[in-house]
Amino acid sequence: MDLLYKILIDPFVQMGAAPDLLVQTLWEGLVSGVLYSLIALGFVLIFKASGVFNFAQGIMVVFAALTLVGLHEIGVPAFIALGLTIVVMFGLAYLVERLMLRPLVNQPDIILFMATFGLTYFLIGFGELVFGGNPKKMITSQLYLPSGAYDIKMFGGFVSLQKIDIAAAVIVSLMVISLALFFQKTRIGRALRAVADSHKAALSVGISLEQIWVVVWFAAGIVALVTGIMWGARSEVSFSLQIIALKALPVLILGGFTSIPGAIIGGLIIGIGEKIGEFYWGPLLGSGIESWLAYVIALIFLLFRPQGLFGEKIIERI
Amino acid sequence: MFYREAGQFKTTYQADQAVFPILQDRIGLAIILVSAFVLIPLAATDFFLTVIMIPFLILALASMGLNILTGYTGLLSLGTGGFMGVGAFACYKLTTIYPGVNIVIWILVSGFFSTALGILFGLPSLRIKGFYLTVATLASQFFLDWSFIRVQWLTNYNTSGAIEVPTRTLFSMPVTGPNATPQFRYLVILSIVTLLTWFASNLVHGRIGRMWMAVRDMDLAAELIGIPLYRTKLLAFAISSYYCGVAGALMVFFWYGSAEPGVFNIDQSFTILFMVIIGGLGSLTGSFFGAALIYGLPIVLKNVLHGVGINIVPATVEHITFMSVGALIVLVLIIEPLGLARLWQITKQKLRVWPFPY
Repeated sequence: MDLLYKILIDPFVQMGAAPDLLVQTLWEGLVSGVLYSLIALGFVLIFKASGVFNFAQGIMVVFAALTLVGLHEIGVPAFIALGLTIVVMFGLAYLVERLMLRPLVNQPDIILFMATFGLTYFLIGFGELVFGGNPKKMITSQLYLPSGAYDIKMFGGFVSLQKIDIAAAVIVSLMVISLALFFQKTRIGRALRAVADSHKAALSVGISLEQIWVVVWFAAGIVALVTGIMWGARSEVSFSLQIIALKALPVLILGGFTSIPGAIIGGLIIGIGEKIGEFYWGPLLGSGIESWLAYVIALIFLLFRPQGLFGEKIIERI
Repeated sequence: MFYREAGQFKTTYQADQAVFPILQDRIGLAIILVSAFVLIPLAATDFFLTVIMIPFLILALASMGLNILTGYTGLLSLGTGGFMGVGAFACYKLTTIYPGVNIVIWILVSGFFSTALGILFGLPSLRIKGFYLTVATLASQFFLDWSFIRVQWLTNYNTSGAIEVPTRTLFSMPVTGPNATPQFRYLVILSIVTLLTWFASNLVHGRIGRMWMAVRDMDLAAELIGIPLYRTKLLAFAISSYYCGVAGALMVFFWYGSAEPGVFNIDQSFTILFMVIIGGLGSLTGSFFGAALIYGLPIVLKNVLHGVGINIVPATVEHITFMSVGALIVLVLIIEPLGLARLWQITKQKLRVWPFPY
């Protein structure tokens, strides 16, 4: 009885007793949810256009952030470093297409998935070789990103909102809107959607697969760069950051691999669910349940909708 | 020239369906077994046994387990490390609660605890497929990883959170703990691995193996020809996690000697998965090749670099290892998606017709 009370009633009593804490937790969940969706977005972009489940997205985030910081460290001004990083990400996209995807065309999805494991390991080794394993500080102030916090009085307490988090939310929204416009309105965007529908049909109407893949990996690289800046600003830039790729996976399966809105909503559900769960139910189990709670939430959704909330219905034919 | 089956006639169906139909293969296997059981323990140094042979055998066993699930049944799993951990902790609990029972029995029994958890986490596999299932197995990895750290009952409330392997004897000789000789440990591991390999080989060449492969190649079609999909997948989960569990128990009891919970984290799962990919999906021999390559590569790399007089810091070696493993995976997938085992098969095929390939 006591246990049931602790599980079912006590957390809600706590929520009611301190609404400012609840709002604070919700806000933190919202912010980490936004950041999760940002990573998930990188996955979805590549998956939609090439059917490749790109495990290397996490390390691409780290790689992009490290390149930016590393360039700045050797004396390149911040915004030129940003431009150079974008060039580097384009080079990476080109090399990945040329050296990895092109020889592997027509292989089963699972083989391509494993190839991205190889890419992950390669980039980890390469990145550590070039930039060293030490954590670095993100150059937030040089990029004119705000810092500090707003304190808002509420319910007799106050809720503190980090400015960088607000900036992150704004930037992510802008990015999603521009990506949506890019996909819906431009010529390349239409080609991307055609490739996503069917490689063969797209080829037959004269769309160059190679070009599309470079474009889409480049787009994922840009998303990775933005993710890297945002995550790096919150903590620091180090290789442990690639673990966030694993955090984005439940978001993906929750939202569906093929849906951009799914990535956003999935990210918010996971982010909020995780923080609320950790804060109110975590102490019951001994803390640290954040590491698997997201997966459990996603699994429960999956049992009812195997293709995720917004994924395309899986139709199998023989 | 020497490797061909000319003149070897088969008079029974049994001989025709043998796992090794060619005489030279059987001789080769016998040579490998004899040298593994007799020559290596006699000739090898302690260093060679503890640093190379014992880890190699244990990792090969684990990748065999994953190969059953991923290579034969086509269910990509990232939970290997977790299941290995279950085996290790189950064995530790069993042997501390019942110290009288022989440790080898407990190692073989502890695999069943992994089996139970493997079935539990395999339950979503009917509704969820492909990448979705892969992510679902990650759930088991993170959950198990978390419980190894948080549930202190598992480590008998040891303050360091690690498990220390107690000394246990077999034939009144110490087989685990600091006093066990490498030769004896090696022989025990080798016997277990040989036994389990033989068992797995019989499984995958028989009805069950064919069912697994049918599910891998196309599960809907397999269902239509009357294969119970759910049971087949769960069986694959069960047997795969049994192998992983035994490998985990062996790893802690015969190799590490003590283990922190962090040993069984996601990196362990990845390492085993790489062994399976590089060795060859759907090949038991490949598991051994893969384990040898992935485990041996850093050692060889380090020694070669030292050998040619380049003295670089260990961290750099590690980075180069990461890079070469990554590049190797991509390369293997491009050249031969079925891995080293397939290359080995091609070599044998070429040898059979050598020197007149036409």
